[in-house]
Amino acid sequence: MADTRPEVYIAGIGQTNVGELWSLSLRDLGVKAIRAAIKDSGGLQPQALFVGNMLAASASHQANLGALLCEWAGLKGAEGTTAEAADASGGAALRLAYTAIRSGIVDVALVIGVEKATDVLDSDIDSLSVRTLDSDYEAAEGLTPIGQAALLMQRYIYENQVEREALAAFPMLAHANAVHNPHAMYRKPLTLETYLKAGILTEPFNLYDIAPLADGAAAVLLTRRELVPEGLGHPLVRVAGSSLVTDRLALHDRSDPLFFDAAAVSMQRACQQAGITPAQADFFEYADITTLHAILSLEAAGLSPRGQGWRLARDHAQWQKESLPVATMGGYKARGNPLGAAGVYQAVEACLQLRGEAGDAQLPQAHIGIIQALAGTGSTAVTHVLMQVEETN
Amino acid sequence: MMSEHEHQRDIENLLLRPERPVGIIGYGAYVPRYRLPAKEIARIWGAGDEGLPVIEKAVAGLDEDVITMSIEAARNALKRAGIDPRELRAVWVGSESHPYAVKPSGTVVAEAIGASPHIQAGDWEFACKAGTEAIVAGIGLVGSGMGKYALAIGMDTAQGKPGDALEYTASSGGAAYIIGPAEEALATIEATYSYVTDTPDFWRREHAVYPEHGQRFTGEPAYFQHVTSAARTMMEATGLKAADFTYAVFHQPNTKFPQRVAKELGFTPEQIKTGLLTPVIGNTYSGSSLIGLSAILDEAKPGDLILMTSYGSGAGSDAFVIRVQEPIRERQGKALTTQEYIARRTEIDYATYVRFRGEITVK
Repeated sequence: MADTRPEVYIAGIGQTNVGELWSLSLRDLGVKAIRAAIKDSGGLQPQALFVGNMLAASASHQANLGALLCEWAGLKGAEGTTAEAADASGGAALRLAYTAIRSGIVDVALVIGVEKATDVLDSDIDSLSVRTLDSDYEAAEGLTPIGQAALLMQRYIYENQVEREALAAFPMLAHANAVHNPHAMYRKPLTLETYLKAGILTEPFNLYDIAPLADGAAAVLLTRRELVPEGLGHPLVRVAGSSLVTDRLALHDRSDPLFFDAAAVSMQRACQQAGITPAQADFFEYADITTLHAILSLEAAGLSPRGQGWRLARDHAQWQKESLPVATMGGYKARGNPLGAAGVYQAVEACLQLRGEAGDAQLPQAHIGIIQALAGTGSTAVTHVLMQVEETN
Repeated sequence: MMSEHEHQRDIENLLLRPERPVGIIGYGAYVPRYRLPAKEIARIWGAGDEGLPVIEKAVAGLDEDVITMSIEAARNALKRAGIDPRELRAVWVGSESHPYAVKPSGTVVAEAIGASPHIQAGDWEFACKAGTEAIVAGIGLVGSGMGKYALAIGMDTAQGKPGDALEYTASSGGAAYIIGPAEEALATIEATYSYVTDTPDFWRREHAVYPEHGQRFTGEPAYFQHVTSAARTMMEATGLKAADFTYAVFHQPNTKFPQRVAKELGFTPEQIKTGLLTPVIGNTYSGSSLIGLSAILDEAKPGDLILMTSYGSGAGSDAFVIRVQEPIRERQGKALTTQEYIARRTEIDYATYVRFRGEITVK
């Protein structure tokens, strides 16, 4: 039977700067990005708002973000709710909005990823982020998400005889790309010397192996093709594949902790739906929450053999041959990691590339982009395949 | 639209300038002799030696507190001023580590230095700018003609929570200033300007032993925003450029902040070198910019122009334009210099430090 369900298009995008935005509150950030996306869509009015957020209920003392943001963004009476999947919340909100449009139940849906990470101390963020682990079996033992990633990195280095210096290439690549992203948190190139001098935060990660937490909000507006206003002035982007997959929550329950299984399955499903293989995409916005996440994302996507992902960034020629451009606007590492908003930033950045609006960060060829948000060490993975729509509206 | 002339007039109106010109007629520093190297603190807490905010910090001894230290600094200021302490009309102590929560430090200092009972006395609190706030009050008292001399002190035995980032820098020391008529001054105060907002970057609640702080929030929206606003407004209103100053001194919570703020405002490392003491004595909080100024006055020459900008969390900055006058030459040598105090150095280890600071529970 032919699939008659409507295709899903991104008609508008919006984002705030990423960083320590001391003068902007959670609602300021959300409203700015929502309004920008609505304006970019030619004024489409969302019926439903899907909010991606991880910490607001504790870090911002604010839950019920659907009602809050609908009111403050002037969407009176709209449907509004929050998707929470730890660091992958933004990707999860996008997935929910996608299913709403694809099902035909909602005509126009707005995805807003928003996070205000700097209203509490770093140590408080650490204790809050622990809640995304298995509380009884992981958090109670004193593990944190970053500490857990560091343990995995140690194991990965041990098993694959990784040259420690080679890992510098991942943050260096991210920083080099963020130079051209006006919204990025760190727009300065990173030298090998600076990387090697940085203090260790949690063995083996140094300061530059862990993406900096930041404030920020990003929004995308989803709808059906026929509802897009005429004369939009920018190309449309089609959501060609969408998949959210979970893995066992506790790391010790996975048979192979050094492989992001949910990421791999989610990648396969989204690509299968889009009718491509991952390697056929033009770029991959991965979730480089830490250097480990960057490496295991490449391996889960099949863009690198198991245990070899770390070699890619070091060998540029090999990278170009075997893999895809990644973190084209700086990734989590240099654009900044606004937690629950990060997955929506990936969508906005991919749209900029596919629309040819990425400025100095523009890739020469950008027809198909893959974005993937991850929670913790891969307990939830959300992958979307975005495609350029040839006709301009 | 406002004309350039109107704008200049409005901004000049922001400056505080008394009817009667005033200046500093005496000053004196005090730094306790004990030094705790930052590396020693790092050793205890398992931190690396890289990127420590200072080299070492000054620590008050067992028998020292803000009152005893203020007395010594005030005596040095009196020696340089050459006045009878009974001529003082105010004794004001700015600190965030007054020995008593209720009961003034000012009265103890006043009696100890031989001031008369016919004075204003009291304590000031505005995090690290309590001392410069006391000086501004002194300018008001003397500049209005209500009193001939006012003694204003910025002094601290600052508290840093063991293991906290502030433990590396929170130190002891400060300086005392006697404000008097400009014609007697070793340096005249041309103008002051203050910039304050409600910015909760650092605080200590009643009954709390250690202060808390907002980590990186203490930088951009707090220290940098207030120091640059105060200094820029001061320079614009007085028509002075960075290059016009011989010296500049800023509140110095660590080594980097004052260096960066100086650069942003157009000052050279040479201009701030003399007053930048935090690397070797730590952050003396209420004393921080004031002891930097005393080090500058120790070597300044008549005609030199100095910009001082304090910073107090909570938050605010006081900017001062100070012009050194002829009497400086014969007064510099009348008391120990700031560098002489810094040179009296006895290194201590962390165990001695916690004993001196009363961190060991003995009863």
